[in-house]
Amino acid sequence: MASTEDISIIVEFTGGLEMLFSDERKHKLSVPAKDSKGEAITVGWLVEYLCEEVMKDTRKEMFVLDGHVRPGILVLINDADWELEGEATYTLQPNDNILFVSTLHGG
Amino acid sequence: MAPALCAICETARALVKRPKNGQKLCKGCFITIFEEEIHHTITATKLFSPGDRIAIGASGGKDSTVLASVLKTLNERHNYGLDLVLLSIDEGIKGYRDDSLETVKRNAVQYDMELKIVGYDELYGWTMDQVVETIGKKGNCTYCGVFRRQALDRGAKMLGIKHVVTGHNADDVAETILMNLLRGDLPRLARSTSIVTGDESSDVRRSKPLKYAYEKEIVLYAFHKKLDYFSTECIYSPEAFRGSARTLIKSLERIRPSAILDIVRSGEDMAKLVPEEVTGISHCKSQKVSLSSADGGEEGAGGCGSNGRSSGGEMAEMEKKLQEDEEASGREVDVALIVPSTANGQRHDRIGGKNGVKKETGRKLTRQTLGTCKKCGYMSSQDICKACMLLEGLNKNRPKMEIEIDVEEEEGSTLRRRMEGLALAAG
Repeated sequence: MASTEDISIIVEFTGGLEMLFSDERKHKLSVPAKDSKGEAITVGWLVEYLCEEVMKDTRKEMFVLDGHVRPGILVLINDADWELEGEATYTLQPNDNILFVSTLHGG
Repeated sequence: MAPALCAICETARALVKRPKNGQKLCKGCFITIFEEEIHHTITATKLFSPGDRIAIGASGGKDSTVLASVLKTLNERHNYGLDLVLLSIDEGIKGYRDDSLETVKRNAVQYDMELKIVGYDELYGWTMDQVVETIGKKGNCTYCGVFRRQALDRGAKMLGIKHVVTGHNADDVAETILMNLLRGDLPRLARSTSIVTGDESSDVRRSKPLKYAYEKEIVLYAFHKKLDYFSTECIYSPEAFRGSARTLIKSLERIRPSAILDIVRSGEDMAKLVPEEVTGISHCKSQKVSLSSADGGEEGAGGCGSNGRSSGGEMAEMEKKLQEDEEASGREVDVALIVPSTANGQRHDRIGGKNGVKKETGRKLTRQTLGTCKKCGYMSSQDICKACMLLEGLNKNRPKMEIEIDVEEEEGSTLRRRMEGLALAAG
Protein backbone atom coordinates (compact mmCIF):
# COMPACT_ATOMS: atom_id res chain seq x y z
CA MET A 1 0.00 0.00 0.00
CA ALA A 2 1.28 3.40 -0.91
CA SER A 3 2.28 5.75 1.82
CA THR A 4 -0.24 8.44 2.62
CA GLU A 5 2.57 10.91 3.16
CA ASP A 6 2.64 13.69 0.56
CA ILE A 7 5.35 16.05 -0.54
CA SER A 8 4.84 19.42 -2.19
CA ILE A 9 6.70 20.35 -5.31
CA ILE A 10 6.46 23.06 -7.90
CA VAL A 11 6.18 22.13 -11.54
CA GLU A 12 6.54 24.79 -14.23
CA PHE A 13 5.97 24.74 -17.95
CA THR A 14 7.36 27.31 -20.36
CA GLY A 15 8.42 27.75 -23.93
CA GLY A 16 4.94 26.96 -25.18
CA LEU A 17 4.33 23.85 -23.05
CA GLU A 18 2.03 25.77 -20.74
CA MET A 19 -0.63 25.55 -23.41
CA LEU A 20 -0.83 21.80 -22.78
CA PHE A 21 -1.39 22.44 -19.09
CA SER A 22 -4.42 24.74 -18.95
CA ASP A 23 -2.25 27.70 -19.96
CA GLU A 24 -0.83 27.73 -16.44
CA ARG A 25 2.89 28.16 -16.11
CA LYS A 26 3.20 27.27 -12.46
CA HIS A 27 1.59 24.28 -10.81
CA LYS A 28 1.93 23.69 -7.08
CA LEU A 29 1.45 20.00 -6.60
CA SER A 30 1.08 17.74 -3.66
CA VAL A 31 2.21 14.27 -4.64
CA PRO A 32 2.61 11.04 -2.69
CA ALA A 33 6.18 10.52 -1.49
CA LYS A 34 6.06 6.86 -2.51
CA ASP A 35 4.74 5.19 -5.61
CA SER A 36 2.41 2.20 -5.66
CA LYS A 37 5.35 -0.13 -5.08
CA GLY A 38 6.42 1.84 -2.04
CA GLU A 39 9.44 3.36 -3.71
CA ALA A 40 10.37 7.04 -3.53
CA ILE A 41 8.97 8.89 -6.48
CA THR A 42 11.20 10.07 -9.30
CA VAL A 43 10.97 12.61 -12.09
CA GLY A 44 10.06 9.72 -14.36
CA TRP A 45 7.12 8.97 -12.11
CA LEU A 46 6.20 12.67 -12.14
CA VAL A 47 6.14 12.81 -15.92
CA GLU A 48 3.68 9.95 -16.01
CA TYR A 49 1.64 11.54 -13.24
CA LEU A 50 1.53 14.85 -15.12
CA CYS A 51 0.28 13.09 -18.22
CA GLU A 52 -2.39 11.16 -16.43
CA GLU A 53 -3.54 13.53 -13.73
CA VAL A 54 -2.65 17.08 -14.69
CA MET A 55 -2.69 17.39 -18.48
CA LYS A 56 -6.17 17.94 -19.80
CA ASP A 57 -4.97 18.41 -23.34
CA THR A 58 -5.25 15.26 -25.42
CA ARG A 59 -2.02 15.85 -27.32
CA LYS A 60 0.13 13.77 -24.96
CA GLU A 61 2.67 13.17 -27.69
CA MET A 62 3.64 16.82 -27.52
CA PHE A 63 4.96 16.13 -24.04
CA VAL A 64 5.86 12.46 -23.99
CA LEU A 65 7.05 10.41 -26.94
CA ASP A 66 7.81 6.68 -26.75
CA GLY A 67 7.71 6.75 -22.98
CA HIS A 68 10.25 9.58 -22.66
CA VAL A 69 9.94 13.31 -22.35
CA ARG A 70 9.76 14.46 -25.94
CA PRO A 71 13.19 15.25 -27.41
CA GLY A 72 13.53 19.02 -27.57
CA ILE A 73 11.92 19.56 -24.18
CA LEU A 74 14.45 20.56 -21.53
CA VAL A 75 13.95 19.50 -17.94
CA LEU A 76 15.50 21.56 -15.18
CA ILE A 77 15.59 20.31 -11.62
CA ASN A 78 16.08 23.28 -9.31
CA ASP A 79 17.57 25.18 -12.26
CA ALA A 80 20.00 22.37 -13.14
CA ASP A 81 19.79 20.39 -16.38
CA TRP A 82 18.30 17.05 -15.42
CA GLU A 83 21.13 15.35 -17.31
CA LEU A 84 23.27 16.39 -14.34
CA GLU A 85 20.81 14.86 -11.91
CA GLY A 86 20.22 11.40 -13.33
CA GLU A 87 17.36 12.43 -15.62
CA ALA A 88 14.19 10.42 -15.00
CA THR A 89 15.75 8.48 -12.11
CA TYR A 90 16.16 11.59 -9.94
CA THR A 91 14.32 11.15 -6.65
CA LEU A 92 12.00 14.04 -5.88
CA GLN A 93 12.65 15.98 -2.70
CA PRO A 94 10.16 18.20 -0.89
CA ASN A 95 9.96 21.71 -2.40
CA ASP A 96 11.80 20.72 -5.55
CA ASN A 97 11.18 22.90 -8.56
CA ILE A 98 10.85 20.96 -11.79
CA LEU A 99 10.77 23.05 -14.94
CA PHE A 100 9.86 21.78 -18.38
CA VAL A 101 10.93 24.11 -21.20
CA SER A 102 10.10 23.45 -24.79
CA THR A 103 12.68 24.43 -27.35
CA LEU A 104 10.37 23.36 -30.13
CA HIS A 105 8.26 26.44 -30.45
CA GLY A 106 9.14 29.32 -32.65
CA GLY A 107 8.62 32.97 -32.11
CA MET B 1 24.35 12.69 -5.04
CA ALA B 2 26.90 15.41 -4.57
CA PRO B 3 26.27 18.23 -7.01
CA ALA B 4 28.79 18.44 -9.83
CA LEU B 5 31.05 21.48 -9.82
CA CYS B 6 31.62 23.80 -12.73
CA ALA B 7 34.44 22.58 -15.00
CA ILE B 8 35.74 26.11 -15.44
CA CYS B 9 35.55 27.93 -12.09
CA GLU B 10 35.49 24.71 -10.05
CA THR B 11 33.61 26.45 -7.29
CA ALA B 12 29.98 26.93 -8.27
CA ARG B 13 27.46 24.17 -8.80
CA ALA B 14 27.16 23.05 -12.41
CA LEU B 15 23.72 23.76 -13.84
CA VAL B 16 24.33 23.22 -17.54
CA LYS B 17 25.67 20.28 -19.48
CA ARG B 18 26.82 21.49 -22.87
CA PRO B 19 25.51 19.41 -25.75
CA LYS B 20 28.53 20.03 -27.93
CA ASN B 21 31.08 18.54 -25.55
CA GLY B 22 29.38 17.40 -22.37
CA GLN B 23 31.14 20.07 -20.33
CA LYS B 24 29.42 20.85 -17.03
CA LEU B 25 29.20 24.55 -16.23
CA CYS B 26 27.77 26.87 -13.62
CA LYS B 27 25.38 29.61 -14.60
CA GLY B 28 27.97 32.41 -14.71
CA CYS B 29 30.57 30.47 -16.68
CA PHE B 30 27.93 29.18 -19.09
CA ILE B 31 26.66 32.68 -19.86
CA THR B 32 30.20 33.94 -20.41
CA ILE B 33 31.28 31.09 -22.66
CA PHE B 34 28.05 31.24 -24.67
CA GLU B 35 28.58 34.93 -25.35
CA GLU B 36 32.28 34.58 -26.10
CA GLU B 37 31.70 31.78 -28.58
CA ILE B 38 29.33 34.02 -30.49
CA HIS B 39 31.94 36.77 -30.28
CA HIS B 40 34.40 34.31 -31.76
CA THR B 41 32.00 33.46 -34.59
CA ILE B 42 31.54 37.16 -35.31
CA THR B 43 35.22 38.02 -35.31
CA ALA B 44 36.38 34.88 -37.11
CA THR B 45 33.97 35.55 -39.96
CA LYS B 46 34.48 39.34 -39.84
CA LEU B 47 30.74 39.72 -39.76
CA PHE B 48 30.61 43.39 -38.83
CA SER B 49 32.61 46.58 -39.28
CA PRO B 50 32.69 49.50 -36.87
CA GLY B 51 29.95 51.98 -37.61
CA ASP B 52 27.67 49.35 -39.20
CA ARG B 53 23.98 49.83 -38.67
CA ILE B 54 22.54 46.38 -38.15
CA ALA B 55 18.90 45.33 -38.18
CA ILE B 56 18.06 42.41 -35.93
CA GLY B 57 15.17 40.45 -37.39
CA ALA B 58 13.11 40.24 -34.21
CA SER B 59 10.08 38.04 -33.74
CA GLY B 60 9.85 38.20 -29.98
CA GLY B 61 10.76 34.50 -29.88
CA LYS B 62 13.68 32.94 -28.02
CA ASP B 63 16.24 33.02 -30.83
CA SER B 64 15.91 36.63 -31.88
CA THR B 65 15.55 37.78 -28.28
CA VAL B 66 18.75 36.00 -27.31
CA LEU B 67 20.45 37.38 -30.42
CA ALA B 68 19.45 40.93 -29.52
CA SER B 69 20.58 40.48 -25.92
CA VAL B 70 23.91 38.91 -26.85
CA LEU B 71 24.67 41.44 -29.57
CA LYS B 72 23.94 44.29 -27.21
CA THR B 73 26.22 42.74 -24.60
CA LEU B 74 29.05 42.06 -27.06
CA ASN B 75 28.70 45.42 -28.79
CA GLU B 76 29.30 47.10 -25.45
CA ARG B 77 31.90 44.65 -24.15
CA HIS B 78 34.05 44.48 -27.26
CA ASN B 79 33.36 47.91 -28.71
CA TYR B 80 31.99 46.69 -32.01
CA GLY B 81 30.75 50.19 -32.68
CA LEU B 82 27.44 48.87 -34.05
CA ASP B 83 24.15 50.68 -34.19
CA LEU B 84 21.61 47.94 -33.45
CA VAL B 85 17.99 48.24 -34.53
CA LEU B 86 15.11 45.80 -34.06
CA LEU B 87 13.19 45.01 -37.21
CA SER B 88 9.93 43.11 -36.88
CA ILE B 89 7.53 41.80 -39.44
CA ASP B 90 3.82 41.85 -38.78
CA GLU B 91 2.38 39.06 -40.88
CA GLY B 92 -1.09 39.95 -39.80
CA ILE B 93 -1.98 36.83 -37.87
CA LYS B 94 -4.37 37.68 -35.08
CA GLY B 95 -3.75 35.99 -31.76
CA TYR B 96 -0.21 35.10 -32.77
CA ARG B 97 1.86 37.90 -34.12
CA ASP B 98 0.11 40.70 -32.30
CA ASP B 99 1.08 39.06 -28.99
CA SER B 100 4.68 38.48 -29.96
CA LEU B 101 5.00 42.04 -31.23
CA GLU B 102 4.15 43.21 -27.74
CA THR B 103 7.20 41.25 -26.59
CA VAL B 104 9.37 42.95 -29.21
CA LYS B 105 8.10 46.33 -28.05
CA ARG B 106 9.15 45.49 -24.50
CA ASN B 107 12.53 44.26 -25.79
CA ALA B 108 13.04 47.57 -27.58
CA VAL B 109 12.67 49.32 -24.23
CA GLN B 110 14.74 46.74 -22.33
CA TYR B 111 17.61 46.89 -24.81
CA ASP B 112 17.22 50.57 -25.63
CA MET B 113 17.00 49.87 -29.35
CA GLU B 114 15.03 51.51 -32.11
CA LEU B 115 12.15 49.34 -33.35
CA LYS B 116 10.68 49.21 -36.84
CA ILE B 117 7.62 47.11 -37.59
CA VAL B 118 6.60 46.48 -41.19
CA GLY B 119 3.32 44.78 -42.00
CA TYR B 120 2.33 42.48 -44.83
CA ASP B 121 -0.80 44.56 -45.26
CA GLU B 122 1.11 47.73 -46.08
CA LEU B 123 3.69 45.93 -48.22
CA TYR B 124 1.47 43.52 -50.10
CA GLY B 125 -2.10 44.52 -49.39
CA TRP B 126 -2.69 41.14 -47.78
CA THR B 127 -2.46 39.97 -44.19
CA MET B 128 -1.70 36.27 -43.62
CA ASP B 129 -5.18 35.93 -42.13
CA GLN B 130 -6.59 37.09 -45.44
CA VAL B 131 -4.22 34.83 -47.40
CA VAL B 132 -5.35 31.82 -45.39
CA GLU B 133 -8.96 32.84 -45.82
CA THR B 134 -8.35 32.70 -49.55
CA ILE B 135 -6.07 29.71 -50.05
CA GLY B 136 -6.71 27.69 -46.91
CA LYS B 137 -4.16 26.56 -44.36
CA LYS B 138 -2.27 24.23 -46.61
CA GLY B 139 0.76 25.78 -48.23
CA ASN B 140 0.30 29.09 -46.52
CA CYS B 141 3.82 28.86 -45.03
CA THR B 142 5.20 29.29 -48.53
CA TYR B 143 3.44 32.60 -48.91
CA CYS B 144 4.41 33.70 -45.46
CA GLY B 145 8.06 32.77 -45.98
CA VAL B 146 8.36 34.46 -49.35
CA PHE B 147 6.68 37.57 -48.04
CA ARG B 148 8.68 37.67 -44.83
CA ARG B 149 12.02 37.44 -46.49
CA GLN B 150 11.26 40.31 -48.78
CA ALA B 151 9.61 42.24 -45.98
CA LEU B 152 12.84 42.06 -43.96
CA ASP B 153 14.76 43.44 -46.96
CA ARG B 154 12.24 46.19 -47.48
CA GLY B 155 12.15 47.05 -43.81
CA ALA B 156 15.94 47.22 -43.78
CA LYS B 157 15.90 49.50 -46.81
CA MET B 158 13.34 51.75 -45.19
CA LEU B 159 15.75 52.07 -42.31
CA GLY B 160 18.71 52.60 -44.63
CA ILE B 161 20.28 49.40 -43.29
CA LYS B 162 22.33 46.99 -45.39
CA HIS B 163 22.77 44.09 -43.02
CA VAL B 164 20.08 42.04 -41.33
CA VAL B 165 20.96 39.45 -38.71
CA THR B 166 18.57 36.65 -37.89
CA GLY B 167 18.32 34.26 -34.97
CA HIS B 168 18.81 31.04 -36.91
CA ASN B 169 20.63 28.57 -34.69
CA ALA B 170 22.64 25.39 -35.21
CA ASP B 171 19.52 23.24 -35.00
CA ASP B 172 17.86 25.30 -37.72
CA VAL B 173 20.91 25.07 -39.97
CA ALA B 174 21.25 21.32 -39.37
CA GLU B 175 17.59 20.90 -40.15
CA THR B 176 17.92 22.76 -43.43
CA ILE B 177 21.03 20.79 -44.38
CA LEU B 178 19.18 17.55 -43.73
CA MET B 179 16.16 18.67 -45.71
CA ASN B 180 18.31 19.60 -48.67
CA LEU B 181 20.19 16.34 -48.37
CA LEU B 182 16.92 14.41 -48.32
CA ARG B 183 15.78 16.30 -51.39
CA GLY B 184 19.06 15.75 -53.21
CA ASP B 185 19.41 19.48 -53.54
CA LEU B 186 23.14 20.10 -53.36
CA PRO B 187 23.15 23.69 -54.62
CA ARG B 188 20.77 24.71 -51.93
CA LEU B 189 22.53 22.59 -49.35
CA ALA B 190 25.73 24.41 -50.14
CA ARG B 191 24.19 27.83 -49.93
CA SER B 192 22.33 27.12 -46.72
CA THR B 193 25.57 26.52 -44.86
CA SER B 194 26.95 30.03 -45.37
CA ILE B 195 26.93 32.28 -42.36
CA VAL B 196 26.52 35.32 -44.61
CA THR B 197 24.46 35.57 -47.73
CA GLY B 198 24.59 38.45 -50.10
CA ASP B 199 27.77 40.36 -50.87
CA GLU B 200 28.90 43.84 -51.71
CA SER B 201 26.52 43.93 -54.61
CA SER B 202 23.47 43.06 -52.55
CA ASP B 203 21.14 45.65 -51.19
CA VAL B 204 20.86 43.80 -47.96
CA ARG B 205 23.16 41.13 -46.58
CA ARG B 206 21.91 38.47 -44.23
CA SER B 207 23.79 36.68 -41.54
CA LYS B 208 23.25 34.17 -38.77
CA PRO B 209 25.53 34.92 -35.82
CA LEU B 210 23.92 32.08 -33.83
CA LYS B 211 24.70 29.56 -36.54
CA TYR B 212 26.85 27.46 -34.20
CA ALA B 213 24.70 27.94 -31.11
CA TYR B 214 22.59 25.00 -29.97
CA GLU B 215 18.93 25.71 -29.59
CA LYS B 216 19.17 24.07 -26.20
CA GLU B 217 21.80 26.56 -25.07
CA ILE B 218 19.84 29.47 -26.50
CA VAL B 219 16.86 28.45 -24.39
CA LEU B 220 19.07 27.94 -21.34
CA TYR B 221 20.73 31.31 -21.90
CA ALA B 222 17.32 32.98 -22.10
CA PHE B 223 16.28 31.12 -18.96
CA HIS B 224 19.35 31.95 -16.89
CA LYS B 225 19.43 35.57 -18.07
CA LYS B 226 15.68 35.76 -17.43
CA LEU B 227 15.06 37.19 -20.86
CA ASP B 228 11.57 38.20 -21.83
CA TYR B 229 10.51 36.16 -24.84
CA PHE B 230 7.35 34.89 -26.35
CA SER B 231 6.75 31.32 -27.36
CA THR B 232 3.87 30.01 -29.27
CA GLU B 233 3.29 28.03 -32.36
CA CYS B 234 1.97 29.78 -35.39
CA ILE B 235 -1.75 29.08 -35.45
CA TYR B 236 -1.52 27.95 -39.05
CA SER B 237 -0.15 24.53 -39.87
CA PRO B 238 3.63 24.14 -40.03
CA GLU B 239 5.46 22.60 -42.93
CA ALA B 240 5.21 18.84 -42.64
CA PHE B 241 8.61 18.02 -44.07
CA ARG B 242 10.45 20.52 -41.91
CA GLY B 243 8.61 19.20 -38.87
CA SER B 244 9.86 15.70 -39.58
CA ALA B 245 13.42 16.93 -40.07
CA ARG B 246 13.15 18.78 -36.77
CA THR B 247 11.92 15.70 -34.93
CA LEU B 248 14.75 13.68 -36.42
CA ILE B 249 17.35 16.25 -35.34
CA LYS B 250 16.00 16.34 -31.82
CA SER B 251 15.94 12.57 -31.57
CA LEU B 252 19.53 12.39 -32.81
CA GLU B 253 20.55 15.01 -30.27
CA ARG B 254 19.18 12.88 -27.48
CA ILE B 255 21.35 9.93 -28.45
CA ARG B 256 24.39 11.91 -29.56
CA PRO B 257 24.26 15.57 -28.58
CA SER B 258 27.19 16.56 -30.77
CA ALA B 259 25.24 15.38 -33.83
CA ILE B 260 23.77 18.80 -34.50
CA LEU B 261 27.08 20.61 -34.84
CA ASP B 262 28.45 17.59 -36.66
CA ILE B 263 25.71 17.95 -39.26
CA VAL B 264 26.48 21.65 -39.60
CA ARG B 265 30.17 20.87 -40.11
CA SER B 266 29.38 18.07 -42.56
CA GLY B 267 27.17 20.47 -44.46
CA GLU B 268 29.99 22.99 -44.64
CA ASP B 269 32.38 20.34 -45.87
CA MET B 270 29.92 19.10 -48.46
CA ALA B 271 29.39 22.69 -49.57
CA LYS B 272 33.08 22.95 -50.39
CA LEU B 273 32.76 19.95 -52.68
CA VAL B 274 29.89 21.43 -54.66
CA PRO B 275 31.23 23.17 -57.74
CA GLU B 276 30.79 26.90 -57.87
CA GLU B 277 28.82 26.62 -61.10
CA VAL B 278 26.20 24.63 -59.24
CA THR B 279 25.82 26.75 -56.18
CA GLY B 280 25.99 30.17 -57.73
CA ILE B 281 28.36 30.96 -54.92
CA SER B 282 31.63 32.54 -55.88
CA HIS B 283 34.37 34.34 -54.13
CA CYS B 284 33.55 37.61 -55.72
CA LYS B 285 30.84 37.72 -58.25
CA SER B 286 29.88 41.33 -58.38
CA GLN B 287 30.36 41.43 -62.10
CA LYS B 288 27.75 38.75 -62.52
CA VAL B 289 25.11 40.68 -60.73
CA SER B 290 23.06 43.31 -62.35
CA LEU B 291 21.02 45.57 -60.20
CA SER B 292 18.66 48.24 -61.29
CA SER B 293 19.88 51.76 -60.98
CA ALA B 294 17.51 52.39 -58.14
CA ASP B 295 19.09 49.60 -56.16
CA GLY B 296 22.55 49.98 -57.50
CA GLY B 297 23.29 53.06 -55.52
CA GLU B 298 22.84 51.23 -52.29
CA GLU B 299 25.32 48.45 -52.53
CA GLY B 300 26.44 46.85 -49.36
CA ALA B 301 29.87 47.70 -48.09
CA GLY B 302 30.90 44.31 -46.91
CA GLY B 303 33.59 43.32 -49.38
CA CYS B 304 33.23 40.08 -51.21
CA GLY B 305 32.55 37.86 -48.29
CA SER B 306 34.72 37.43 -45.31
CA ASN B 307 35.03 33.70 -45.38
CA GLY B 308 35.06 33.18 -49.09
CA ARG B 309 31.76 31.46 -48.97
CA SER B 310 29.30 34.26 -49.07
CA SER B 311 26.52 33.58 -51.44
CA GLY B 312 25.94 35.64 -54.47
CA GLY B 313 22.77 33.76 -55.19
CA GLU B 314 19.63 33.83 -53.25
CA MET B 315 19.78 34.17 -49.56
CA ALA B 316 19.68 31.26 -47.24
CA GLU B 317 16.68 32.53 -45.36
CA MET B 318 14.73 32.60 -48.52
CA GLU B 319 15.98 29.18 -49.39
CA LYS B 320 14.61 27.83 -46.18
CA LYS B 321 11.19 29.15 -46.84
CA LEU B 322 11.10 28.52 -50.50
CA GLN B 323 11.73 24.86 -50.84
CA GLU B 324 8.20 23.87 -51.69
CA ASP B 325 7.75 26.87 -53.82
CA GLU B 326 10.77 25.94 -55.85
CA GLU B 327 9.15 22.79 -56.98
CA ALA B 328 5.94 24.58 -57.65
CA SER B 329 6.85 26.93 -60.38
CA GLY B 330 8.12 25.98 -63.79
CA ARG B 331 10.55 28.82 -63.84
CA GLU B 332 12.02 27.86 -60.56
CA VAL B 333 12.30 24.23 -61.44
CA ASP B 334 14.06 25.25 -64.56
CA VAL B 335 16.78 26.86 -62.57
CA ALA B 336 16.88 24.38 -59.77
CA LEU B 337 16.96 21.27 -61.84
CA ILE B 338 19.35 22.17 -64.54
CA VAL B 339 22.62 21.19 -63.09
CA PRO B 340 25.81 19.91 -64.57
CA SER B 341 26.27 16.25 -65.17
CA THR B 342 27.99 15.72 -61.85
CA ALA B 343 24.69 16.14 -60.06
CA ASN B 344 22.30 14.83 -62.65
CA GLY B 345 22.47 11.31 -61.43
CA GLN B 346 20.87 12.21 -58.16
CA ARG B 347 17.93 13.92 -59.64
CA HIS B 348 15.80 11.71 -61.79
CA ASP B 349 13.03 11.12 -59.36
CA ARG B 350 12.41 14.78 -58.91
CA ILE B 351 12.66 15.49 -62.56
CA GLY B 352 9.81 13.17 -63.33
CA GLY B 353 7.25 15.89 -62.73
CA LYS B 354 5.53 17.82 -65.43
CA ASN B 355 7.84 20.74 -65.20
CA GLY B 356 10.99 18.72 -65.03
CA VAL B 357 10.53 17.35 -68.51
CA LYS B 358 12.08 20.52 -69.78
CA LYS B 359 15.22 19.48 -71.62
CA GLU B 360 17.22 18.89 -68.58
CA THR B 361 20.05 17.62 -70.71
CA GLY B 362 19.67 20.29 -73.34
CA ARG B 363 21.26 23.06 -71.40
CA LYS B 364 24.66 22.76 -69.98
CA LEU B 365 24.22 25.01 -67.09
CA THR B 366 22.06 27.69 -65.70
CA ARG B 367 23.51 29.51 -62.80
CA GLN B 368 21.44 31.62 -60.58
CA THR B 369 22.23 35.23 -61.11
CA LEU B 370 20.74 37.94 -59.07
CA GLY B 371 18.76 40.58 -60.82
CA THR B 372 15.69 42.51 -59.92
CA CYS B 373 12.02 41.77 -60.21
CA LYS B 374 10.44 43.52 -63.16
CA LYS B 375 7.34 44.18 -61.14
CA CYS B 376 8.49 45.38 -57.76
CA GLY B 377 12.17 46.06 -58.34
CA TYR B 378 13.37 43.91 -55.48
CA MET B 379 16.17 41.40 -55.65
CA SER B 380 15.24 38.30 -57.55
CA SER B 381 16.95 35.65 -59.61
CA GLN B 382 13.87 35.52 -61.80
CA ASP B 383 12.19 38.09 -64.00
CA ILE B 384 9.33 38.25 -61.61
CA CYS B 385 10.10 37.61 -57.96
CA LYS B 386 8.30 34.95 -56.01
CA ALA B 387 6.42 37.42 -53.90
CA CYS B 388 4.97 39.07 -57.00
CA MET B 389 4.09 35.71 -58.52
CA LEU B 390 2.28 34.64 -55.41
CA LEU B 391 0.55 37.99 -55.16
CA GLU B 392 -0.58 37.76 -58.72
CA GLY B 393 -2.15 34.42 -57.96
CA LEU B 394 -3.79 35.78 -54.86
CA ASN B 395 -5.16 38.79 -56.62
CA LYS B 396 -6.44 37.06 -59.73
CA ASN B 397 -7.29 33.48 -59.08
CA ARG B 398 -9.10 33.13 -55.82
CA PRO B 399 -11.86 30.76 -56.95
CA LYS B 400 -9.47 28.48 -58.82
CA MET B 401 -7.11 28.26 -55.90
CA GLU B 402 -9.82 27.50 -53.43
CA ILE B 403 -10.68 24.42 -55.42
CA GLU B 404 -7.11 23.32 -55.82
CA ILE B 405 -6.05 23.44 -52.22
CA ASP B 406 -8.32 20.63 -51.13
CA VAL B 407 -6.01 18.10 -52.68
CA GLU B 408 -4.53 16.12 -49.83
CA GLU B 409 -0.85 16.18 -50.56
CA GLU B 410 2.36 17.61 -49.41
CA GLU B 411 2.39 21.34 -49.65
CA GLY B 412 4.85 21.55 -52.49
CA SER B 413 2.82 19.57 -54.91
CA THR B 414 -0.37 21.19 -53.74
CA LEU B 415 1.13 24.52 -54.56
CA ARG B 416 2.30 23.25 -57.91
CA ARG B 417 -1.23 22.26 -58.71
CA ARG B 418 -2.37 25.65 -57.74
CA MET B 419 0.22 27.29 -59.88
CA GLU B 420 -0.63 25.04 -62.80
CA GLY B 421 -4.26 25.92 -62.38
CA LEU B 422 -3.23 29.49 -62.24
CA ALA B 423 -1.32 29.26 -65.47
CA LEU B 424 -4.29 27.64 -67.15
CA ALA B 425 -6.62 30.26 -65.90
CA ALA B 426 -4.27 32.99 -66.91
CA GLY B 427 -3.77 31.54 -70.37
